[in-house]
Amino acid sequence: MRIHQGTFSFLPDLTDEQIERQIDYILRNGWSVSIEYTDDPHPYNNYWLMWGLPMFDLKDAAGAMFEFKKCREAFPNHYIKINGFDPSPMWQAQRVSFIAHRPTQDDPGFRLKRTLWSDGRVQKYGLEPYATDKPAGERY
Amino acid sequence: MTETLHSADLQALLQETGVPEVLERLDRELIGLAPVKGRIREIAAYLVVDKLRRELGLGGSRPVLHMAFTGNPGTGKTTVAMRMATILHRLGYIRRDHLVVASRDDLVGQYIGHTAPKTKEILKRAMGGVLFIDEAYSLYRSENERDYGQETIEILLQVMENQREDLVVVLAGYADKMEQFFSLNPGMRSRIAHHIQFPDYTEAELVAIGQLMLTEQNYYLDEAAAQAFAEYVACRMRLPNFANARSIRNAIDRFKLRQARRLFERGGQVTPDDLRRIAEEDIRASQVFKDCAELEQGGHHAP
Repeated sequence: MRIHQGTFSFLPDLTDEQIERQIDYILRNGWSVSIEYTDDPHPYNNYWLMWGLPMFDLKDAAGAMFEFKKCREAFPNHYIKINGFDPSPMWQAQRVSFIAHRPTQDDPGFRLKRTLWSDGRVQKYGLEPYATDKPAGERY
Repeated sequence: MTETLHSADLQALLQETGVPEVLERLDRELIGLAPVKGRIREIAAYLVVDKLRRELGLGGSRPVLHMAFTGNPGTGKTTVAMRMATILHRLGYIRRDHLVVASRDDLVGQYIGHTAPKTKEILKRAMGGVLFIDEAYSLYRSENERDYGQETIEILLQVMENQREDLVVVLAGYADKMEQFFSLNPGMRSRIAHHIQFPDYTEAELVAIGQLMLTEQNYYLDEAAAQAFAEYVACRMRLPNFANARSIRNAIDRFKLRQARRLFERGGQVTPDDLRRIAEEDIRASQVFKDCAELEQGGHHAP
C-alpha cells in the first residue's frame, strides 16, 4: 500500500524537477525549507529525524535540492519529506510538508493491534507498521 | 545549416538582454579599469554567442565562469564583483541577481567538524547567484598545515566543479598574495576560467574618481579647490600606504569634516551653496602636503 502523508501524497511521485519547483514555491513565499527522514511510517510519528538544520536565508532552490540529494544518497531506504516553515508573526508554523522520496512503492502497510484492557472486558485498537518489526535502519 | 545570421542580429540579441545598459552604467560609474571592462565585454559577447549556439543545437558544455580578481588595494575589485551578479543575471547565466559576500571568518570553522557545515551553509545561501570571497588567499595558511582553511578549499572546489550551473564563485585579493595562493592550490587555479587583473589608477583617473564621488554626494570643488585637489592626489600617490580609490574616498571624508568645521567657525548665514562647496583651504589644511614636502627634502638628504 502507498503511504499517504502530507501534500501531494495521492499524486504520482514528483520528479526532481517538480520537487525543485515546489521548493522554489516555498522560498518565494518567504518560508524556510527543512528536510526530514524516517523509516517509521506510522501516521502518529511526528518526530522525523532532521537532515541538518533548517535552511534559513536561502534564495534559490538549488541549495535545498543539494541537501535533499545528499540525504537521498545517505538514506535511500527511508522516507524523506520536505517542509516549509512560515516564520511570519501569527503563523510561526509549518505551512507545507510533502514526501519527496519513498523507499518503496509498495509499503507493507499496517497491522491492527488489539490490546486487552480492564481484565479483558475492554479492547483497545492501535496501528503498527509491519516495517517496524525489523530494527531501525534495516526496514526497507 | 541553411539559416544564417547577420552580425546585426547578434547586436540586437545583445541589446535584448539589457547587458549594454549595464555595461554603459559600468563605464559611467567606474573610471579607468580598461582591461577589466574589456574582459567583461568579452564574457558578455561570449554568453550571447553561446546562447545562440544552444538555440541552433550547436551547444557544447556550459562555459565556466568562476573568476579571480587580483589587484592592489582600492582598485575596485569589490565594486566590480557587485556588478557581476547583475551582468550575469541579465545574460541569463545565473538564475538570481544576488551576491553573497564571504570572508575567511564566514567559511572556516574553529574546531574539527565545524568547517564543513559552515562552508556548506554559505554555499547553499549563494546558490543561484554569485559567491564573492574577499581576500581569498587567507583561506590557505601555508604555515599551519592543520589549518581548517584547507577543508573549505576542498569543499569549494567540489561545488565549483559539480554545480557549475548553480553557482559562480568570484575570488578576490591582492595580486602577490593571490599568486602565492594559486601556486599552493593548483586545483583552484585550473578551475577558474577568468583571471582578471585590476590595474592601479593613474593620477588623472584618481582625480576623476574624486570628482565623481563628490558629485554623487552632492558636493563640488570650486576652481581653486579643484587645483588643490589635483596637487593633493599627486602628493598622496607618492606617500606610503596609498590605496588607490580608497585613499581618495577617505580624503574626501576628511575634506567634508574640515568643511563642516569651517562653516561652524565662520558662523553667520549659511547658504545651500556653502553646504555643497568644498573650498581650497579644506584641502590645503591636509597633513599630506606637509608629509609630501618632507618626503622630498628627506629624499635629498637620504644616506
